[in-house]
Amino acid sequence: MPKVRVLVGTSKGAFVLTSDGKRKKWEVSGPHFGGWEIYHLKGSPADPNRIYASQATDWFGQVIHRSDDGGKTWDTVGNEFVYKGEPGTHQWYDGTPHPWEFKRVWHLEPSLDDPDTVYAGAEDAALFRSTDGGKTWEELPGLREHSTGATWQPGAGGLCLHTIILDPADPKRIYTAISAAGAFRSDDSGESWKPITKGLHSEFLPDPHAEIGHCVHHISMHPSNPEVLFMQKHWDVMRSDDHGEQWHEVSGNLPSDFGFVIDVHAHEPETLYVVPIKSDSEHYPPEGKLRVYRSRSGGNEWEALTKGLPQKDCYHNVLRDAMSVDTLDPCGIYFGTTGGQVYGSNDEGDSWEPIVRDLPRVLSVEAQALL
Amino acid sequence: MIRVSLPYHLRTLAGVGAEVELEIEGLVTPEGIIDALEAEYPMLRATMREDATGERRAYLRFFACGEDLSHQPMDLQLPGEVSRGEEIFRIVGAIAGG
Repeated sequence: MPKVRVLVGTSKGAFVLTSDGKRKKWEVSGPHFGGWEIYHLKGSPADPNRIYASQATDWFGQVIHRSDDGGKTWDTVGNEFVYKGEPGTHQWYDGTPHPWEFKRVWHLEPSLDDPDTVYAGAEDAALFRSTDGGKTWEELPGLREHSTGATWQPGAGGLCLHTIILDPADPKRIYTAISAAGAFRSDDSGESWKPITKGLHSEFLPDPHAEIGHCVHHISMHPSNPEVLFMQKHWDVMRSDDHGEQWHEVSGNLPSDFGFVIDVHAHEPETLYVVPIKSDSEHYPPEGKLRVYRSRSGGNEWEALTKGLPQKDCYHNVLRDAMSVDTLDPCGIYFGTTGGQVYGSNDEGDSWEPIVRDLPRVLSVEAQALL
Repeated sequence: MIRVSLPYHLRTLAGVGAEVELEIEGLVTPEGIIDALEAEYPMLRATMREDATGERRAYLRFFACGEDLSHQPMDLQLPGEVSRGEEIFRIVGAIAGG
């Protein structure tokens, strides 16, 4: 009987939710690292019991933990994140030069085939890699040292590298997204990078079509169709059919195309999920109705999924790393809210149930199918 | 023998109780205490001082003998009561955040 494990990072610790393949009854373990802010935790595709966790507080800085038994026990591993060379400056909020300073790890992306290799996306924006199970970390400086790096400016949440996608068809290809620098692609294992922002349009920029400065919230890809990328931008849901070379908008009939999460069905590469948020000034669902929107056509045509979700007086947000899918059949979908709920669907989003209702603010959700 | 108390989160991270005992040879300074703590408990590395500068983390405080030593130099020689183990060197998480 397959099992599912959902890893939840919150502002006050990590929680591990487990269920059998029916995904109706759940066990909740945690808080792990109680009181620590857990931006992200994620299991290795090559060894699901190998889980990496990023914990940080303003008091004690960054700590990385690793579990080798599916989250039952944890060991601290390396927390030395040092920028290579003379880091120089990026732009501060007021446009003045500001030194690059490591603050925290927003996202951990384990390798697709090696449990000891894992990438870390940092604030201030940089990409690090460990090849020894997290004991030591080395920056891949080509991204931060991109010729535009000195012009990158933080979004409201900081200059954070929050999205890392490893291409299953080409082990040398990596995608990253940075708020508010944009999206980047490397075709040489992270040595060099190019912005992939053609077709993006951001009204808040002096030049709305500029190469740099777009506030990309999240990018998702289906492993069977790796040339296709889907993006939830600050505003606009976007699609690229050529590895990010060109983007076009697929917001279609969404009630708002502002949002943070975007994810792809595990078995249907053209089925997408987003959670519309009212606006950049009002970070809650339109009309107080928490609705997941699903497109079965790769965008443009969206249907509201509401069964089991609060349809009045709901004013939570769903943050960028707080949605995930499992690979069972039918596909399961999970998302967490800033109000501490984690909702799950065991039928591709047709219906939802709260797995937990009263966790701290949910920062990240990652689902693992244990076959 | 030096006696040190850690804030709750660092105790749980290091798996220690309310008080830690350290042996330090020579001058006893805040920097030396943190060096000794990190050597004994590697999981505490960079949790008390900034990686880049080696300075005390902004939300931590160092107290001893009824004094706030947080704004003293990291190589300040601590009072004899601390180096003799008569007084605890207290590393405290600042009250912040509501």
